[in-house]
Amino acid sequence: MITKRIIPCLDVRDGRVVKGVNFEGVQDVSDPVELARHYSESGADELVFYDITASFEGRKLFTDILTRTASQIFIPLTVGGGINTLDDFDRVLSCGADKVSVNSGAIRNPDLVGEAAKRFGDQCVVISADVKRVDGTFHVFAKGGREDTGMGGIEWIRRCVDNGAGEVVLNSIDTDGVKNGFDLEMLQAVCDVVNVPVIASGGAGGIDHFVELFRSIPTVDAGLAASIFHFGEVEIRDLKKALRDNGINVRL
Amino acid sequence: MIAIIDYGMGNLFSLSSSLKSLGYEVEITADPERLRAADKLFLPGVGAFRDAQERLFSTGLADVIRGLAAEGKPLMGICLGMQLLFDKSYEYGEYEGLGLIPGTVVPMEGSIAPELKIPQIGWNALHFTGLEHPAFADTKEGEFVYFVHSYYATECDPYVIATTEYGKELTAAVAKDNVCGCQFHPEKSGEVGLRLLDAFCKQ
Repeated sequence: MITKRIIPCLDVRDGRVVKGVNFEGVQDVSDPVELARHYSESGADELVFYDITASFEGRKLFTDILTRTASQIFIPLTVGGGINTLDDFDRVLSCGADKVSVNSGAIRNPDLVGEAAKRFGDQCVVISADVKRVDGTFHVFAKGGREDTGMGGIEWIRRCVDNGAGEVVLNSIDTDGVKNGFDLEMLQAVCDVVNVPVIASGGAGGIDHFVELFRSIPTVDAGLAASIFHFGEVEIRDLKKALRDNGINVRL
Repeated sequence: MIAIIDYGMGNLFSLSSSLKSLGYEVEITADPERLRAADKLFLPGVGAFRDAQERLFSTGLADVIRGLAAEGKPLMGICLGMQLLFDKSYEYGEYEGLGLIPGTVVPMEGSIAPELKIPQIGWNALHFTGLEHPAFADTKEGEFVYFVHSYYATECDPYVIATTEYGKELTAAVAKDNVCGCQFHPEKSGEVGLRLLDAFCKQ
């Protein structure tokens, strides 16, 4: 059967990885290519590169490092950050990205998901949603979680999937950074309404949280995290062994 | 020289990069003379069968590929490129394929359990049928490769090299003489995929 995926997310600014500590054998943890290779060799199933640059020069550095990474590391690469137009899709796909994740860009222009799916295929379009509880209901937030759109989060995600998004990254703002586990309630609500892969993001603090995630919600396909991997708190190989020992199918 | 057939379908960056990383000289081309000059051919592809089929037939590439395959040139189809090797596909209608391997391509929808997600996206294990082919000689039972697909090949039992389990046994790899194909993406399957590409190229 298909395996559950473990996905480290690398935030890149001006061509360098933000956050990150020392790993054995990795000379420069702020070099995206080196870090990507380390993760690939440690058993990561996929990598997400998130461009947090605002400047034009930074964008250029980002595509340069994307090209360098994609020409050396042969696992799926998803790219997000600053994707607002079909040209942005083109720009990162031609540098070797396999999937492109859209967030605020899709909120600003709701046709973007459908147009991108038509041009590049559903499998290529990932809707990434930052969702937070407001007065007991799930709201989708824009601009890196700073702006409440007032739209229902679950409905928003369903609409994007109906328009052709082939995968969902659900980032719970409520659990993000708390390291107390994934937002199981929110994830379940999304899994109940879509039939494309759902990637859980926000809240992982340790191996147990991934075990809990996949055991509680068998329809979740992948777990994504950043700091616990970058800071060496969780080794991907140990995580996968623990998942396998708990009866969860992983690639080892 | 290894040629990747360029007919405007899908992203060729990773396939080209992975072959180069193995030390092969790679050309991405649609020029029949360059394809003829190549030692091995790859037919990649991401997207809809109909669009891909139309491009191959309208440009005359279909006949070039058929001709070279008939002469014995090793050819590997990947993902949609594998599906194009068969007689026909039922993706949004009924469309003729290259007819290099007997079989048809059908939707997963309706033939696998409804709770399974379509497309199948992710890493799944290969199960070998016992049929041998040099391209798959170095790939081992149970190794994981990366799949992204909503359609699968059927009625091709005599040519199935490996299957994968996703609600049912789905065709993962096929071969008939010098023509072979992978439903998965070897260029995205890490070390396992590189080993497979190398085996095909060095045969």
